Amino acid sequence: MSDQNQQAFDFLGAYCPLPLTHSDQIVLGHGSGGRLTHDLIERVFAAHFSNPFLNRGDDGVGLTIADPEVEIVVSTDSHVISPIFFPGGDIGRLAVCGTVNDLSVMGAKPLYLTAGFILEEGLQIEVLEYIVQSMASAAAEAGVVIVAGDTKVVERGKGDGIFINTSGIGVRPKSWQLSGRNVKVGDQILLSGPIGEHGIAVLQARGELGFTSEIRSDVAPLNAMIAKALKAAEHPGGNAIHAMRDPTRGGLATTLNEIARQSNLGMVIHEATIPIHETVSAVCEMLGFDPLYVANEGKCVFFVDEQYASVVLEAIRSTDNGSQAVVIGELVAEHPQKVLLRTSMGSTRLLDMLSGEMLPRIC
Amino acid sequence: MDQKLWNGFREPKLVQAKIRQIQKIVTRPWTIMEICGGQTHAIKKYGLDQLLPPEIEFIHGPGCPVCVTSLELVDKALQIASLPNVIFTSYGDMLRVPGSTGDLFSVKANGGDVRVVYSPLDSLKIARENPEKEVVFFAIGFETTAPANAMCVLQAQSLKINNFSMLVSHVCVPPAMRAILSSPTNRVQGFLAAGHVCTVMGYWEYPPIAQEFRIPIVVTGFEPLDILEGVYRVVRQLEKGTYEVENAYSRLVTYEGNVSAQKVIQQVFEVCDRKWRGIGVIPQSGWKLRKEYAQFDAETRFDIQSIVTQESPLCIAGFVLQGIKKPYECSAFGTLCTPENPLGATMVSSEGACAAYYQYSRNLPVPKMNHV
Repeated sequence: MSDQNQQAFDFLGAYCPLPLTHSDQIVLGHGSGGRLTHDLIERVFAAHFSNPFLNRGDDGVGLTIADPEVEIVVSTDSHVISPIFFPGGDIGRLAVCGTVNDLSVMGAKPLYLTAGFILEEGLQIEVLEYIVQSMASAAAEAGVVIVAGDTKVVERGKGDGIFINTSGIGVRPKSWQLSGRNVKVGDQILLSGPIGEHGIAVLQARGELGFTSEIRSDVAPLNAMIAKALKAAEHPGGNAIHAMRDPTRGGLATTLNEIARQSNLGMVIHEATIPIHETVSAVCEMLGFDPLYVANEGKCVFFVDEQYASVVLEAIRSTDNGSQAVVIGELVAEHPQKVLLRTSMGSTRLLDMLSGEMLPRIC
Repeated sequence: MDQKLWNGFREPKLVQAKIRQIQKIVTRPWTIMEICGGQTHAIKKYGLDQLLPPEIEFIHGPGCPVCVTSLELVDKALQIASLPNVIFTSYGDMLRVPGSTGDLFSVKANGGDVRVVYSPLDSLKIARENPEKEVVFFAIGFETTAPANAMCVLQAQSLKINNFSMLVSHVCVPPAMRAILSSPTNRVQGFLAAGHVCTVMGYWEYPPIAQEFRIPIVVTGFEPLDILEGVYRVVRQLEKGTYEVENAYSRLVTYEGNVSAQKVIQQVFEVCDRKWRGIGVIPQSGWKLRKEYAQFDAETRFDIQSIVTQESPLCIAGFVLQGIKKPYECSAFGTLCTPENPLGATMVSSEGACAAYYQYSRNLPVPKMNHV
């Protein structure tokens, strides 16, 4: 090797190829537990969920429930909605509200949530951040704290962008035994507002309808409304609200049937009293859907001792989410486990559970 | 869309007034068949049968396209949909119809590409977007769906979309009415003709049937007041002993019907014998693609093995579709046969008579109200 062929290296200009930071989209490494995972946690999750519990950075969290008169209520819910954005909400808001509402209808005051994310490789980080932000604002709205979380990444094609699981902890007085088993003959059935808006908003967002409307999902945390109702129904021996449910998948009809079966009692529902937004009923007419089976994410059905029904109704109506609340029916001893619908025309028919998927009719 | 468009036709006071009108003129029992499954559904959903005087009995006609599509054709659909290079498109209702070996849902679960569409044109769009695949549309239905399907074939031809075809199972109402009336077990004394079918076809086909069988036929809509108006007019004729064709759905139906739609149907389809599920072959009761459009015919396009079909021995759908038996007279109704696990097609479609009975009046007790 001759000296004159030797090239001069400029070591000052050399650099190691640093790994890409993948700051735009999710890659498998974001779920590895290594640096990318930590970057993601700091940049996206900690930025929006920051609180003393999470900031400790441990594998779990210790929570103090001091009052001996209360018991802990736990609930969990996974969210896989497609599309992840829809008029009135997104998967993040849905994930927070879903668990907050599940705790609330148990009579509990929701306190803490955990959030588990399953992200698909390729998800835009901008999208993730929007969703996380939306969760943070829904949590603030509901007054709950997200105290623990987890992130996993699956290969492209093995997820649908993002799945979110939330679990929640709440507390309720031990003397309140809210359950579908505790409803009684004579209990009035209260509905907090018009039905079917979430389901129609999502259908619309899927672009399958071929038209759009002003309908927005009703997704909302219901704990403030429910707390007011519970307070109005409180009495020395417990609570006059015997059960509550949020009529999500399967709609109002399915929820009513669940309670009828659980309680082994019958129900009579008055069709004309059920509030339905004009556009929701128009879309349902066109597609052959029945709004009674369309999903809600911001409604609650209350089963209330008849003596307390009017004060509870007033309490619900005094809240934003319950301003259109109505009494829709009552529990009866006859026809156990069956829900009968008294139609506007004066006839009576069975209101059954939804069987299978709701399919659009042919003609 | 304005709710007034339909709320007026459900107005409780008007409904009750119409019921009273019917009560006034009825003097003895009459058996009326509503042709269309949509009408059956409305009768059960609004409980009209409870409100009407006991003299009036409805028997539920065969006008549910899902219910009458033959088992052979459903089995063919299952075979085609299972093929690896096929995207099989269908109206949602057909996905749950049981064939001999399963339904389209199970084909989908096993990896078949089965998609729900709302219009045959959606299917054509899928064909354009997937030129390497064979896209098949399950073209079922009465005269109501035929014009759109015919237009779709014409469009596929003019756009030269060569990977699109249809599995055709069109059926026609008038031959079925004749078949029912000719049956020795027939109990039908008056017809509510299917309003939607008549928007396309008009009602010029009906006077010969009314005259030949001496039976009143009233073109009827689907809202509670529409149906009651149809019943009122049929009963009025029965009480008088007349057998005319009347139009109680004149806000949408004319005597001639939609002439341009009929022309498109004529251009693309020709009359054929058709097997109706639960009833059998009714001569000249269906439409198939004309020879000129054979390239769009899925039955010629795919090599389908000869099919041996197996109906459930318990199912009495055939009797139900002919109005000879009521759904609850079936030993399997609500027990072995439910919408989740249907033995026959009448339990599948929301317009099927068995499904309507199951959903709205299964084990319905006499209601006792302590709250109004």
